[in-house]
Amino acid sequence: MYPAPFSYVRVASVAEALAALAEHPDGRFLAGGHSLLPALKLRLAEPAVLIDIGRVAELQGITQVGSTLRIGSLATHDQVASSDTVCAGARLLAEACAKVGDAAVRNWGTLGGNLAHADPASDPPPALVAAGARLELQSSVGQRWVAADQFFSDLFLTALASDEIITAVEVPAAGARTGSAYLKHPHPASGYAVCGAAAVVTLDGAGRCESARLAIGGVGPVPVAIDLAALSGEVPEQAGVDAALADIEIADPLSDPYASADYRIRLARVLGRRAMLLAAQRAVA
Amino acid sequence: MPESITISVTVNSRRYERAVEPRTLLIHFLRDALGLTGSHVGCETSLCGACTVLVDGAATKACTLLAAQADGRAVTTIEGLAQDGALHPVQEQLWHHHGVQCGYCTSGMVLAAVALLEREPSPTDAQIRAGLKGNLCRCTGYANIVDAVHAAAAALAAR
Ligand SMILES: Cc1cc2nc3c(=O)[nH]c(=O)nc-3n(C[C@H](O)[C@H](O)[C@H](O)COP(=O)(O)OP(=O)(O)OC[C@H]3O[C@@H](n4cnc5c(N)ncnc54)[C@H](O)[C@@H]3O)c2cc1C
Ligand code: FES
Ligand code: FES
Repeated sequence: MYPAPFSYVRVASVAEALAALAEHPDGRFLAGGHSLLPALKLRLAEPAVLIDIGRVAELQGITQVGSTLRIGSLATHDQVASSDTVCAGARLLAEACAKVGDAAVRNWGTLGGNLAHADPASDPPPALVAAGARLELQSSVGQRWVAADQFFSDLFLTALASDEIITAVEVPAAGARTGSAYLKHPHPASGYAVCGAAAVVTLDGAGRCESARLAIGGVGPVPVAIDLAALSGEVPEQAGVDAALADIEIADPLSDPYASADYRIRLARVLGRRAMLLAAQRAVA
Repeated sequence: MPESITISVTVNSRRYERAVEPRTLLIHFLRDALGLTGSHVGCETSLCGACTVLVDGAATKACTLLAAQADGRAVTTIEGLAQDGALHPVQEQLWHHHGVQCGYCTSGMVLAAVALLEREPSPTDAQIRAGLKGNLCRCTGYANIVDAVHAAAAALAAR
């Protein structure tokens, strides 16, 4: 299986990447290649030019400044999953990245590539939505930030403009009495998420829910934030969480021979509850 | 004439400079340009792991990387593991524990196990199975492979 022929340009900086894209409007960025190369081999995409951003130093690295984690778009799933900074500040994201594919995929696939690709069955997107993260995008005219819950517009479609690059993801670090978790039901063959549930729970001093956020991936065309206002002021326990999730709605649920829309929504309720309770348990610990 | 680029890749400690078409996958570069046919092509769709090699020490599915992405990097294939005629402990133990049947998955499995042990010198069963998740074997049923990786971990620790 050979991709259709293309030209290859390797760039060393964001400025060079944007200039190369301006010069080749039919070009595509290549990060780890673990979504793009499979698509090229199947000839689902035939870009004329690949602009390899994989070695751009300024897109790498994971740091924490104050209470914000800054994850360069080229951070691999493995780097995110094994980063002490991410494990401490955004455990749900480390768990989501640890559940991507297999070890070899995590060595090459990047967070930025995963988000730009916007596969509805991806793991990191719901984690970033639940964590209240935002994406930093850059074009030749300037920078802008888009909240993770605004970034995904439809299956494989995002708010990224054709002249932009994702430079980083900023995630608020979890504060006191806050726990988070990401749980996944993988497709038995592909390993992608049939349903992924990402939760962040903050408790007050008395163990009642001060805030709770849940996002579900894999079920709808984009990750969906679930309204959990009903839980605020409540001690999170199974009956209450089940009640809050009893009639969640996810627009245009996906459906295939392995998992019908109904089944996916059931999974969302069950995994959503488990993720919420695990996050609450971690908020106490 | 298709466009070509010149890349330089160190494979098993030997540096190779070759002109390749940009679309050349690392697995085809290794097998067809360098004649290193120990790395296999199973699915060619990133799923089976038969093509697994190490790139700068990291387990990599060579069917899912452009040769150009390996430019300037160091690649280890199954041909580069034995030292002075002695098999690597992972190879040795797969043999002893009958973790090889048809052998098609084996070269990729070995490299994935080497990378796993590099990171986790005394892994649990669960860590071995998780570490080898991207490598499919249609013959052995995996149990003997897991045993072999445990034995290789012990052999490496005793070195
Ligand atoms: C066998 C296998 C199993 C997998 N399983 C899972 C799984 O279980 N869960 C999961 O979530 N994912 C899974 N993936 C996908 C994996 O997460 C991909 O690595 C990731 O989606 C893409 O990252 P990449 O760096 O490889 O991007 P690439 O393939 O290089 O690029 C993907 C797309 O993003 C664009 N792009 C890349 N970087 C940027 C940037 N910085 N700014 C703008 N555009 C950019 C590219 O132009 C391209 O269109 C799997 C992949 C494989 C091969
Ligand atoms: S041939 Fe590369 S994963 Fe199957
Ligand atoms: S030994 Fe035959 S596929 Fe593994």
